[in-house]
Amino acid sequence: MTPILAVRNLRISFGGVSAADGIVLDIFPHEIVAIIGPNGSGKTTFLNLCTGYIHPTSGSVTFEGRTITALTPRTITRRGIARAFQIPQLFSGHSTLECVMLAVAARHGIWDAWWPLVRPTYRDEARQILELFGLGKVTDQLTATLPEGTRKLIDIAVAMALKPRLLLLDEPTSGVSTVEKTPLMDTIIRVLRTEHITALFVEHDMEVVERYADRVIVWDSGRVAAEGPPREVLRNADVLARIIGVV
Amino acid sequence: MTLRYTLILAVVAGLLPIEVPWLGFVFTLAVSKGFAALGVAMLLRGGLISIGHALYFAVGAYAVAFLMRDAGISDLLLLCAFATWISAVVGFLVGAFVVRYRAIFFAMLNLAISMVVFSLLSKLYYITGGTDGLRVDTPTLLGTQLSRGMFDLVLQNTALVLMVVAAILIDRYLRSPLGESLGAIETNEVRLEYLGISTRGVIWAAYTTSAALAGLGGAISAIAIGHVVPELSYWTVSGQLVLIAVLGGIGGVPGAFIGAFFLELVRTFAVGIAADAWNAIIGISLLTVIFFLPNGLFGVIQHLERLRADCK
Amino acid sequence: MLKNYAPLIIDGMADAALIFFVAVGLTIVFSVLKILNVAHGSFYALGAYLSVVIGTFLVDHGWPVFSLVSIVISPLLIALTLGPLVERSLLRWTYGRPEALQILVTFGLFLILEDFQKLIFGVQPYAQDMPMQLLGASRIGGIVYLNYQLLLILLAVLTAVLLRVLLRKSRIGKLIVAVVADEELARTVGIDAPRVYILAFSIGIFLAALGGALASPTIGVAPGLGAENIVLAFAVAAIGGLGQIEGAALAAVLVGFTRTAAIYYAPELQPVVPYLVMVAVLIIRPYGLFGSAGLRRI
Repeated sequence: MTPILAVRNLRISFGGVSAADGIVLDIFPHEIVAIIGPNGSGKTTFLNLCTGYIHPTSGSVTFEGRTITALTPRTITRRGIARAFQIPQLFSGHSTLECVMLAVAARHGIWDAWWPLVRPTYRDEARQILELFGLGKVTDQLTATLPEGTRKLIDIAVAMALKPRLLLLDEPTSGVSTVEKTPLMDTIIRVLRTEHITALFVEHDMEVVERYADRVIVWDSGRVAAEGPPREVLRNADVLARIIGVV
Repeated sequence: MTLRYTLILAVVAGLLPIEVPWLGFVFTLAVSKGFAALGVAMLLRGGLISIGHALYFAVGAYAVAFLMRDAGISDLLLLCAFATWISAVVGFLVGAFVVRYRAIFFAMLNLAISMVVFSLLSKLYYITGGTDGLRVDTPTLLGTQLSRGMFDLVLQNTALVLMVVAAILIDRYLRSPLGESLGAIETNEVRLEYLGISTRGVIWAAYTTSAALAGLGGAISAIAIGHVVPELSYWTVSGQLVLIAVLGGIGGVPGAFIGAFFLELVRTFAVGIAADAWNAIIGISLLTVIFFLPNGLFGVIQHLERLRADCK
Repeated sequence: MLKNYAPLIIDGMADAALIFFVAVGLTIVFSVLKILNVAHGSFYALGAYLSVVIGTFLVDHGWPVFSLVSIVISPLLIALTLGPLVERSLLRWTYGRPEALQILVTFGLFLILEDFQKLIFGVQPYAQDMPMQLLGASRIGGIVYLNYQLLLILLAVLTAVLLRVLLRKSRIGKLIVAVVADEELARTVGIDAPRVYILAFSIGIFLAALGGALASPTIGVAPGLGAENIVLAFAVAAIGGLGQIEGAALAAVLVGFTRTAAIYYAPELQPVVPYLVMVAVLIIRPYGLFGSAGLRRI
């Protein structure tokens, strides 16, 4: 099976520290892959490299067979990769619904100076997505006024509204209370499966990883240190010691 | 709400001069400044402050002068249309370069370019008439040459009609995806890029439109005054435009025109009472609005409307 | 060979010196208070006016020698009276608020000061070149120079050096640098940030007024002086990198020489020079020669 995302020998350093040290990995269509690893091991850098926010000094990233290494976030998003952020990135002057509608409008074409953004077609689509995440009640509130957990959900909803084929999530459950983690991930995974979206998510919560990931990739010092099904990887003594810190 | 208040303004401004004729000139100038201020207000929506928009005001004004003198065009509507178009083109070209910048540097570059043009207009005597400027004769209307008094009346009402039309169009623009993206740029530019939207493109479109608006304002001003001078591109004019935009309030399209009317009226009355203090009076009004009415004069109206809606 | 260029060099350096004084005050105010002070030009003009008035008074009363002193007294008076007043009553309410707003507040101040200036000094032009006359001229290598020009250059270099020493070595300087780097942290360790702001602003307008005073013997002082110079100050400060004193110095030299060269070889271009240089520099280095996005250093 051809990978939907293929990364070959990605390298980049920041001030002498190797944030990416020859990363090689493949993500296959419809997989849900978790990336784990200690802080500072380069996981977010990897997401930045995949989405064109920074460019590697060498190596390549291929999406659906086409090279995307040197492209900008804007172009990469238009190619079908969407990203949700560790700290929710929303538009503080707009309401929840408007944020999602902007994503919907972006998909349909932003070069429209005549018809309103707030139109029935966009609004219904946005409402639908928000309902999926249980956000129907807060559609008209300004995002700046909402609690962090809700803002995280909205951030993911905005990314989903782009109807991507690959979704990158940066710590989807961080800042979310333990009780809420399961319902949140249940919802996200359900939507991913229904919409046949491939997903890559960075996580620190091992229970979440074990429960929801098809495959786990372990990051250490800018390289892939191990990978495999959660059961295997998370029981591996070496991984436990070096990465998770359990002796 | 935009349409309602712009219409009210237009009707009042159209009727008052019947009783008080000299107000007609004041109101025409107010509308012309209002157009330019609306352009500035659009950019302020995107978090960008242009302290050089007098450039386009001057482009529109001088375009009218050149078109009359060198291209033989004398029809009022043609002059306005061409001047607006020329300003849009200049805005498009300058915009290509300027939209890469943000904040202070965007402001500075606009300032620099407007001052370069000011210097050029002052120096190139044989083309631009130098510091003396150029005369703008009374345009014709659909082939007929009207008396100046009659023409002024037509100009005034044409300006008011254009004001209403522009208000409707720009209001639609600001509510459209392109317009809402502009507002989103100020709050989270990176996220917008991650939605697949070109922020540069969005700003470029707004910039070109704002240049066109300022050009139209300049054209009307040139025709009303009958004379164009390099000072139209001076930084203090740009400052005035920003002042008008903020005074009126950038939260709604009528704000720019309300601010312009306010300024012209204050100026007219201040010059009568205390000719050497009108700068200070404007300055104090500006400070008052900034500290006590942060959403500008139109913001007050919007606030009252909201209260009324809540009471129902 | 050098002889041919000597006048150009001296004129260029003298012009650079005056430009430096125009821009450095703005740079300091921007660096510490993060405000682009549109009224900067007004303080420049007030410095020029006051210096001319005091100088003329001294000359008329038979003490022409002391007219040089007026050049220093006038900015001191302005800075000591208007500095704390403006900062306390107006600027402090704008900290932390959007840039556009801050610029507008200082623009409002500019408008008020324009009329204030007309009220006190009237609208007719003033001139007082006694300080320049007093110093006479020198002959170096067969070419005659005005000693005043040499004094300007000396003063500019001295000021640049003094500022650097003040900020890096002195106690006050370290307080200012601390507040610029991280205000919250500075307050936590007990630094009186509001006092630092008053001081920085006063220094800024002192330098602005000094610039005007120093320039006054060489130009006519009339309404519009402030408006002209604020754009020049903006351009030079932007070229150097907003908030960078070394940058302002280098930018002043760049603009001074280019402007003087223009006067010699292409006089038509002379008024446009600062803006052309600015556009050129900003294309290559978008944040100015020494500037960078988000860097807070003096």
